[in-house]
Amino acid sequence: MLTMVQSIADAQRVALELDENVLLLGEDIGKNGGVFRATEGLWEQFGSDRVIDTPLSEAGIVGSSLGLAMGGFKPIVEIQFLSFITPAFEQIVSHVARMRLRSQGVFSNSMVIRAPYGGGIGAPELHSDSTEAYFVHTPGLRVVVPSSPYTAKGLLLGAIECPDPVLFLEPLRLYRSRKEEVPSSYFTCPIDKAKRWREGEDVTLIGWGAMIPILIDASQMLIEQDISAEVIDLQSLSPIDEDTIFDSARKTGRVVIVHEAPRTCGVGAEIAARLSEEVIDSLEAPIKRVAGYDVPYPLFALEHAYLPNVNKVVRAVMELVYFQ
Amino acid sequence: MLINHLLPCGALTNTGSAFWQMISQQEKIKLLHFMRFVRLFDRRMVLWQRQGKIGTYAPVEGQEASQIGSALALNKLDWIFPSYREQGVAFTLGIPTTSIIQYWSGHIEGCKPPIGYRYVPPTVPIATQLPHAVGAAWSIKKRKEDAIAIAYFGDGATSEGDFHEALNFAGVFHLPVLFFCQNNGYAISVPFEKQSATKSVVDRAKAYEIDEYQVDGNDILAVYDVIKNARKKKRPALIEAMTYRTGAHTTADDASRYRCEEEVRVWLNRDPLYRYEQLCIKEGLLDEEQLTKEDEKMAIHLDQSMKEVEQKTPNLPSGLFNHVYYQLPNWLEKQQEEASEDVNNGSVHC
Ligand SMILES: Cc1ncc(C[n+]2csc(CCOP(=O)(O)OP(=O)(O)O)c2C)c(N)n1
Ligand SMILES: [Mg+2]
Repeated sequence: MLTMVQSIADAQRVALELDENVLLLGEDIGKNGGVFRATEGLWEQFGSDRVIDTPLSEAGIVGSSLGLAMGGFKPIVEIQFLSFITPAFEQIVSHVARMRLRSQGVFSNSMVIRAPYGGGIGAPELHSDSTEAYFVHTPGLRVVVPSSPYTAKGLLLGAIECPDPVLFLEPLRLYRSRKEEVPSSYFTCPIDKAKRWREGEDVTLIGWGAMIPILIDASQMLIEQDISAEVIDLQSLSPIDEDTIFDSARKTGRVVIVHEAPRTCGVGAEIAARLSEEVIDSLEAPIKRVAGYDVPYPLFALEHAYLPNVNKVVRAVMELVYFQ
Repeated sequence: MLINHLLPCGALTNTGSAFWQMISQQEKIKLLHFMRFVRLFDRRMVLWQRQGKIGTYAPVEGQEASQIGSALALNKLDWIFPSYREQGVAFTLGIPTTSIIQYWSGHIEGCKPPIGYRYVPPTVPIATQLPHAVGAAWSIKKRKEDAIAIAYFGDGATSEGDFHEALNFAGVFHLPVLFFCQNNGYAISVPFEKQSATKSVVDRAKAYEIDEYQVDGNDILAVYDVIKNARKKKRPALIEAMTYRTGAHTTADDASRYRCEEEVRVWLNRDPLYRYEQLCIKEGLLDEEQLTKEDEKMAIHLDQSMKEVEQKTPNLPSGLFNHVYYQLPNWLEKQQEEASEDVNNGSVHC
């Protein structure tokens, strides 16, 4: 039985064992095992040449990882918190995401950038933000978010196998929230597919990461109202698995999209746009978003008010069900 | 050369004796009182974190001399750009205790500087406040104010691009800005030897043609002297205060994973408060009775401040929306109404 953070460490262990070109780089990932212990035990097992404590410099970490990738290595980078990726933003959007195109396929840009993210854990300023949309907006990158210990390992190994650069976002709130059986061997989950956690007939709830337990709780509460909700975990924010969400929306006719990030230009906006382009004829009510407000993520005393919760999701569903 | 006035045993060096003659009785006592207060405050904060009264906390213990010695040398018009570990600086400059507690309790109101202060709210992303200090110094220079700007940061911050860009600007534009690095040996778990191939932080000053000072950061007299002196010059300078955090990086960190007890013991023997107290005893400045009284007063003040913070109810939903823009735009007002509704219908608890 592993927690999500343990299964992430395990996935990296398997990757390091399997391919000698895999390197881990990041702040405090070596001797300290990562501030969340997501690389626990790996420095001891693989040594400081492969599990590398870098200077405190995100641009340096990501920029040099691109050079390593061009040289045939497979860097797995840890950014300590997603908000601290910003010094590396230049490297990611101007270079990592473009090197394959710019070199016309000659140079590899293959790497995984892991970053814990999201709120709900009472952390200081800039430790809780959900900025996935910046990266979904960047062509050339893939963005993947797990929601369980099992899928975390499978998706991370899938991301490591992928020749494209993948931003792998790890919901902080789920790091230790539950344990489950995770095989210790190598296995992958497809990194471009959504996952259906619950089947339902009346409404489709779409989310990812830390929203999934909330959506499952909401679907449970909705059963009491005789409403059957389908819960879809996007898993891949880029590319978006259109088939799965379109099929579900056609079946239920109602869609609620839930994310922590601010509403405006959040990934929910993209999903809503695609639904309105492709399945509008099948919808019985407007597409609804439950999201963070368009304000900076608050200091933690107010985060409970900022974040989507079960009540907010259930109310949104009721609006759609009773929409005339 | 390391500037040192006060040895770990509490004896003055030659330069220290000269400086001791120069400063007033009142200054000497202030240095002592602030160090004692900040240590008491800091330990109380760690305890409150353990009791769940505040959030994750970054302790100052071991770095009091660097923080208080530098802060006491500043003037009212100086711009101060702290990182997240500068409670000693904040306290010394007169930031209310309630504000500091509020900040660590996750209330944005704790960031608000008192009117007339140029004490900027704590910066969380490493080294990003350094360019701001450069700009504030630029403003000072253009307005011909009798002031400087000072940025506080750690040894780890010297690896970020913003550190180098800020020092370069300061050198190019000849700005009155002090870059005050508390080299406490570690950036979380990473020791300075792994952070940089240079032996010390001040080595970087040459590259940008700015002044450099390396000072014993556990020696409050030396730090006080250096900052007084550097601020008078109104020139850009990199100051490296050699110190140590004797506690963990934050209350969420376990320092035993990356450093040995032996090393901590060595630094405990260089404690900044102990050595200054020894000096004060020798000089007849330490009035035990008086200090005990003050410690008690301080303890009461801390408890009262905490109570005050606990009694403040969160401003919902306005706390989420106020000050995001100069004026709340219409579309955001609609979201604020939604948030209100969520509070009123019980979807969100106060
Ligand atoms: C840009 C950025 N990257 C990473 C972090 C996470 N982090 C917080 S403190 C810290 C270490 C800072 O070390 P140092 O500059 O020496 O200051 P100290 O904590 O020792 O006072 C790190 C890596 C951050 N806050 N900002
Ligand atoms: Mg440090």
